[in-house]
Amino acid sequence: MRVLAAMSGGVDSAVAAARAVQAGHDVTGVHLALARNPQTYRTGARGCCTLEDSRDARRAADVLGIPFYVWDMADRFHADVVDDFVAEYAAGRTPNPCLRCNEKIKFAAVLDRAVALGFDAVVTGHHARLGPDGLLRRSVDVAKDQSYVLAVLTRAQLDRSIFPLGDSTKAQVRQEAAERGLAVADKPDSHDICFIADGDTRGFLAQRLGETPGDVVDATTGAVVGQHAGAYAYTVGQRRGLHLDRPAPDGRPRYVLSITPKTNTVTVGPAEALEVATVRAVRPVWTGGPRPSGPVECEVQLRAHGVVVPAAVTVDDGTLDADLRHPVRGVAAGQAIVAYRPDPAGDVVLGSATITG
Amino acid sequence: MAYLDHAATTPMLDEALEAYVATAREVGNASSLHASGRRARRRVEESRERVAAALGARPSEVIFTGGGTESDNLAVKGIFWARRDTDERRRRVISSAVEHHAVLDAVEWLEQHENAEVGSLPVDGSGRLHPDALRAELAEHGDRAALVTAMWANNEVGTVQRIGELAAVSAEYGVPFHTDAVQAVGQVPVDFAGSGVAALTVTGHKLGGPVGVGALLLGRDVAAVPLLHGGGQERDVRSGTLDAAGIVAFAVAVEAAVKGQQEYAAGVAELRDDLVRRVREAVPEVVFNGDPTDRLPGNAHFSFPGCEGDALLLLLDAQGIACSTGSACSAGVAQPSHVLLAMGADDDRARSSLRFSLGHTSTTADVDALIAALPGAVERARRAAGARTPR
Repeated sequence: MRVLAAMSGGVDSAVAAARAVQAGHDVTGVHLALARNPQTYRTGARGCCTLEDSRDARRAADVLGIPFYVWDMADRFHADVVDDFVAEYAAGRTPNPCLRCNEKIKFAAVLDRAVALGFDAVVTGHHARLGPDGLLRRSVDVAKDQSYVLAVLTRAQLDRSIFPLGDSTKAQVRQEAAERGLAVADKPDSHDICFIADGDTRGFLAQRLGETPGDVVDATTGAVVGQHAGAYAYTVGQRRGLHLDRPAPDGRPRYVLSITPKTNTVTVGPAEALEVATVRAVRPVWTGGPRPSGPVECEVQLRAHGVVVPAAVTVDDGTLDADLRHPVRGVAAGQAIVAYRPDPAGDVVLGSATITG
Repeated sequence: MAYLDHAATTPMLDEALEAYVATAREVGNASSLHASGRRARRRVEESRERVAAALGARPSEVIFTGGGTESDNLAVKGIFWARRDTDERRRRVISSAVEHHAVLDAVEWLEQHENAEVGSLPVDGSGRLHPDALRAELAEHGDRAALVTAMWANNEVGTVQRIGELAAVSAEYGVPFHTDAVQAVGQVPVDFAGSGVAALTVTGHKLGGPVGVGALLLGRDVAAVPLLHGGGQERDVRSGTLDAAGIVAFAVAVEAAVKGQQEYAAGVAELRDDLVRRVREAVPEVVFNGDPTDRLPGNAHFSFPGCEGDALLLLLDAQGIACSTGSACSAGVAQPSHVLLAMGADDDRARSSLRFSLGHTSTTADVDALIAALPGAVERARRAAGARTPR
């Protein structure tokens, strides 16, 4: 096949491209320029959008002997990921920009362009399994598993995706990179959000949304217990940084229960008030087989690297509802709910949707 | 493999490569006083005379540099500083809107760091500068002008300027005129003294010499403040140990390129005209950019409506055809051409352009390969520009 390898400049995508070459594919490497000004984003090894990363990707392509280009996706990235990220926080939700980037950029804008240019598929260095059965499964390296941020992909997107790393641990990937002479073998992992240079999400949002002071209200008493500089800076389940004026009557810690942009209010309460037993979500995608007509017993994950809970899931055209077998805390609107079917050969992604409440 | 990017860099001439290797085998710093040093110095001075003779300059007017970018920076900044030092008011740098970044960015740097003011001369739809525009600029700002800089021939669209006429206007106002002639030497007749310019940039690798060596021809009475300080090897305007091997090879290439210019230009223009005709046949909606007649003989520049240049480049590259979209930023992202924008093209036309540049090794087979691959690539690129696969 003619395949396009998305190369971030990190070790995973370099090894993924190498494996695609080894598998006999005709591979072309592409680095995505996502920053409008490449020097404004995070510098060094932690991000995904720097001059150093573009050079590292190019050098990996050289070593593999494949053509290499840089594609300018900055405008799309800003519109579909960065602006969306800000708008979601402004609406009181907690977005996952990596998921959105997969949905809108890597497996949409990039994939579409690749297909139109004559490529059959896109190869990425995500840690997830996608076998000949077309089912998306967790990586063997559960700690590095990225199936959660890929679960938003549709059948058509998965059919044109190749994830060569799902059967390997991160340690194996690094070792293979070293054996292949790839200089990125010991490059530190990227983490946090690539377009927030200093990791200060609250500051990033404040710069774009401005200060909008409002009340922090206790859910139990209805009393105003503090002030905030902008409701968007909070996320459901958050405990730190609330700066409450007075302790709760029971002396126990308070958590963010909800954010109400309309009244610019952050509501706090005790831990048990965070517990939810049902989750409603919209824009469902179902790729783990035919969409079930009734409730299906499965496991659900409600945030990246979050715990897994048994649940009964009902899905239709526009919504997905989950009855959790035991209540969980800190379910935030805007995050994805991903349904898995437990499987010894790797838990299978059944589907996903965006949590609304 | 069809190499259609000679304007980016062209293969070294065999005689230049041989001269390089022969000289590089010899030890000797041209500034040393012993026999080895004198031998190296002799090679450099002989080369200086050859370059001067080929380009209509005096030997003392040839300043060897590390190539086109350095020569442009030395001319723009060096002459600016020298003029401002003698007259505080002379802070205006006048350039065309279609200059290479080696000039544009040097001018912008002066504006940001040296309190320069900038006059930008417009071009017409074919990329041509008009002497009247320069005259109007100088009539208004001539008493504040430090220098005028305008390229001899455009690297992207190939339009050749009437440098003699422009330099004459500049001379009326007593303002030194620099021209970047890296694309012109060996392609069209270039005579330093005859053109009336004060300074001229030339580089090796565009005419069959090595990368990393070139010259600034600087009139004897034109002062320039150095960029590089040190041993003062080149007329105290440029320092650095002289690259004898590079300079010798450069001189061999300049001499050969100038001597063979007429015959070369006639042959390559014929091949280029053939390429243009066949591209138009293959892709009828193509837009031909630049001046139809006053252009570099090896240059063909097109916009392909509905396509993105970088997609076309990728598709042609996969078929073994090398061409250029214009400039890219340091991360490698293709940029819409500032040259086409200055010529009045919209953003889409600027992004949809490709340059095919022929040179001394080009053959009909190269054009055949391009024509075989082009229609399919254009069709694909057009689909990619509006692509959204169903999901």
